[in-house]
Amino acid sequence: MIGIEHYVVVSSILFVLGALGIFLNRKNVIIILMAIELILLAVNINLVAFSAFLQDLTGQIFAMFVLTVAAGEAAIGLAILVIYFRGRGSIAVDDVNRMRG
Amino acid sequence: MIQTFAFYLFAVLTIASGAITIMARNPVHSVLWLILAFFNAAGLMILVGAEFIAMLLVIVYVGAVAVLFLFVVMMLDIDFTELRAGFVKNFPLGMALALVLLAELVLGIGAYRAGALELGTPDGSAMAPVGESNIEAIGALMYGRYLFLFEAAGIILLVAMIGAIVLTHRQRTDVRGQNISKQVSRRPDEATVNVKPEVGQGVTL
Repeated sequence: MIGIEHYVVVSSILFVLGALGIFLNRKNVIIILMAIELILLAVNINLVAFSAFLQDLTGQIFAMFVLTVAAGEAAIGLAILVIYFRGRGSIAVDDVNRMRG
Repeated sequence: MIQTFAFYLFAVLTIASGAITIMARNPVHSVLWLILAFFNAAGLMILVGAEFIAMLLVIVYVGAVAVLFLFVVMMLDIDFTELRAGFVKNFPLGMALALVLLAELVLGIGAYRAGALELGTPDGSAMAPVGESNIEAIGALMYGRYLFLFEAAGIILLVAMIGAIVLTHRQRTDVRGQNISKQVSRRPDEATVNVKPEVGQGVTL
């Protein structure tokens, strides 16, 4: 029988894969954005699984809000990527120092 | 039986395509594997009866976000082999950190299974009504108790849209656009002139 633990394990593995993707592809900001999407997907699986097993729909509503934020983040991130590429002709992000941060 | 089989199928495919997403050499392949991961996660959500979120995941992620990624990957002319330079160097440390993180998370789940943690019990106010479909129950909740949060989500999307447009918009000076007000306000007497040139002289405009 599939219980809540199975879902939590799947979402933990997916979360760790997302974090690993950020570590491994330090230069490629497109893959970093995709890794963030994987992390948010793990969060969504968690919210939906708990919502279903606890018989409470609030988790599914919040999964929708997470989805909203993920969509907005992807749009803004890719827009920043496009203007960065327009200015420098490259998207290598490990030497970004335009704001002297 | 069939539920167990479907769960393991979806779970294994989600994790495998997630792993290939971050390992793939070609970012276009990464986006396609990401789409597969989202499809299988939607399958996992359907298994527990959350059809609305599953469909939303397919429509929003596969239909909008993944296509946006694909668009940007294909539009930018990038040498991706150069961007993979640190991949092998970062691999051992990244893997070690990921394993530590995973071990900690699994430890937490083990502690929960051992009965050391108590999950909160829902108060029942957002319980799914019996006999109603998932989308009806979610709609009643979203346009009722969570109406203002729903509108805030709409404002977030609006701000994201305006932000993306403002960031990427540029005024181009090398193209000759149409100036409609100038075109419409033109009068015949200033647009045409009547000249009477000498024979053989021609006209200067």
